[in-house]
Formats: sequence, structure tokens, C-alpha cells
Amino acid sequence: MELAAKRFADTVALFPAGRIDHATAEGFKAALQPHLAACAAGRDRVVLDLAGVEYISSVGLRVLILASKQAKAQGGALAVTDLQPVVREIFEISRFNLVLEVFPTLREALAKLSPPGLAAFDGA
Amino acid sequence: MLVRFWGTRGSIPVAMSSAEVKRKLVTALVQGAGRGLDTTGKARAFVEQELDFSVSHTFGGNSSCVQIDTGEEDYVLCDLGSGARVLGNSVLATRGPAGHRFHVFMSHLHWDHIMGFPFFMPAYLPGNHVRIYGCHDTLEEAFRRQNAAPSFPVDFSRMNARIEFIRLEPERDYDIAGFRVRAKLQHHGGDSYGYRLERHGKVVVYSTDSEHKQDDPEKMKTFVEFFRDADLVIFDAQYSLADSISVKEDWGHSSNVVGVELCQLARARRLCLYHHEPIFDDERIATLLAETRRLEEITRGDHRVEVWAAYDGLEIAL
Repeated sequence: MELAAKRFADTVALFPAGRIDHATAEGFKAALQPHLAACAAGRDRVVLDLAGVEYISSVGLRVLILASKQAKAQGGALAVTDLQPVVREIFEISRFNLVLEVFPTLREALAKLSPPGLAAFDGA
Repeated sequence: MLVRFWGTRGSIPVAMSSAEVKRKLVTALVQGAGRGLDTTGKARAFVEQELDFSVSHTFGGNSSCVQIDTGEEDYVLCDLGSGARVLGNSVLATRGPAGHRFHVFMSHLHWDHIMGFPFFMPAYLPGNHVRIYGCHDTLEEAFRRQNAAPSFPVDFSRMNARIEFIRLEPERDYDIAGFRVRAKLQHHGGDSYGYRLERHGKVVVYSTDSEHKQDDPEKMKTFVEFFRDADLVIFDAQYSLADSISVKEDWGHSSNVVGVELCQLARARRLCLYHHEPIFDDERIATLLAETRRLEEITRGDHRVEVWAAYDGLEIAL
């Protein structure tokens, strides 16, 4: 899966698109991995902007929770933002809104996770 | 074919508390105020047609036991949780004390799935025949042990029905009681087995106490095939998806979300949420059902899956 990325100071925003399901989850996981490797204490934070994601299945959600666990274990931080209405409902029904850091917008995620990232976003 | 649920609660039986009964009564009385409910008929119609299910009913508290009623004399059951006690009493009350034959398919031998047997009255009466099928090599031992000191005062040897234990091999077809039956290994502590039961073109899948870890796409495909074109999938939906793959990973249970996805991929006709979390009250399970129906709706392709939530006493006609 192609995973567009944009850096805001110490934070990398990633922009997956399309469906994250049993057919694409492995590709999504592989594309995420290099960014996760750098998501550690004193290094990068990762924000997944899901505005382009129209559907996410349980397998895709599993990738997100594993990514979040890895980030936490490394002292990093991972958040998701900009859920489309259907994806937001899936998050609520699966209770993923309770176990992942979810923000309405990328800017609000940066405001919480990284002041330098927010400054870079506002200055961009 | 009629699928009848005698026990639907997961892990341990539960009972409604006095406070919950009172809350339902207060809600019902307030909703019925000024409605002229001065006859039994009017009150019954109001309860049945206007009150929310979670106010007028309870999802119930007995642990796992499901009957697949074909209209034949033999009884076909899945699991012998505390719901089996109610079933046994019903059989004796409606069809007399003896001459009954039961075929029981055991998902596994955890306590909540066998605890009804010491209270299953037909097993104590001569002239009845109980055939218990399962894939665990400790099948018979588990039943004998719970009917023995220090766990129970009446020893297994005092059960006067003819009781047989029949070992099945998973992934193999059997012809039992008019059904084509196949068992499938599931992920659960100590293993559990799902059953696919087919008869006259109708398919029921009983899949409880089964965690779907989703770390192996090939394994998921085998469950899709196991559920393929089923008329009804009875599915362990005890946890939320988030819990099942975080704090409750490896606790051996699944979620409503995975149930919907598997049934959609398998093009099953009905999904019945089963093995309810014991801490959930009726309102919470009703919410879970509404959310699951909504999930099915927003993720539906060209195939609709009808979603139910099991309750003690539910009957689904196939």
C-alpha cells in the first residue's frame, strides 16, 4: 500500500487511502513499519490521518492497535485523526475510540502531541 | 427447523437483581401512564408492542445450551450449560419422564458449558439415553468429575439413564441424528470446537468460545468456509473488538465486529450474538445488538446478514 507521508518537525503524518481490509492490511502494516521503527522516545511521533480511508475492517484495526502498542513500548506516541463518518462509527462500535488516541483533525493531534510539530504545521 | 436457546450467557450464569427488576417496572409504569391499561389484554399488548425489549424482557442468565429442533423425536443440543437444567425440566413436563434420546455436541469442557448436566433430570431417569459427542480426550472424565465429591453430592453412577460419550475427530463429516456434522478446532484455552450441522439444505453453525486472532489470513479463510452459506451462525461475541485484541487478548473470545465480517465474507444469512458478557445488563446487550445491526448496514455489500442477539427462550425458525 502506498502511504504518503509529510513531516512536521518531530512528527510524521501518514495518509493511507482506500480500504484497509483483509486484502490490504498486510500491505498497510508493511508500509507503516519503517515509520514505527522511528517512533520512539526522543525521536518521531506518528499521526495517521485517515481522511482518505473509506473503510477499515477488524484486521486493519488490529494493525493500528499493534502499531500503537509498539509505539508506546518504544516510548513514542501514535494517534489517528480525521475519521470519515463510516470509519468513525466503526471505531465507536469496536470501542477503538477508547483504546487509541483519536483527534478530530491533524492540527488538534499535533497540538496535543508536539508543539514543534504544531508550529511547523501552522507555518506550512 | 427451529433453533431454541436455553442458555445464552457467557462464562457464568447471572440473575437479574431486585434493583434491575424495579428499574424495569418503574420505566414500564411511567411509559404506560395515562394509557388506560386496565385489562390484561391491553397491558400485554402494550408490553409486547410498545416497550423496548430491554424493558419488557431479559436476555437471561443461563449459560450455554442450544437446541436444534427438527420435529423429530430425538433431541439435538449444543453444550450443557445451566440452560440444560431448564430444557430437561421442560422435556419431563411436556413429554413425560422416559423414552427420550438426546444428542449433545460439546464445544469444550469448561465449567459453564457442562454445569447444567448434574441438574439435567432426564439423565437420572431410566429409559432415557444421552449421547454426548466431543473432540476432547477428557470428555467423559470432565462430566464424571463434576458429578463427584467434593464438587457434587450425587455421584455420576446414580444417573440411571444410558449415557454414552462419543469422541469425534475435527474436520471429518459424521451423520448423526439426521444431521451431517463437522467439528472445527477453535482458539480457546484448552481448545474448543465449533460445529457445522446440515440437514435438508439448512445449515446451523455453533461457534462459541472462539477467539479470532486474525494474525493468520489463511486461518481466517478456514472459518469463512466453515460458516459458508449458513442459515444461522451462533457466534461468541462476548467482548468488544478492542478488548479482544488488547487487554483481553488470549482470553478466548470474540466480538460482534468479527462476527459480522465473517458472516459477510461467508454470505451467511443470520448472525446470532451469543455467550454474552456476564457483566452486561439488558440495556447494554440491546445497545450491542443495535450497534451490530448498524455495523452490518454500513459495511454491507450485496449481501445482507440478519443480526440477532440470543436470549434465553429465543426461537429462530430456519
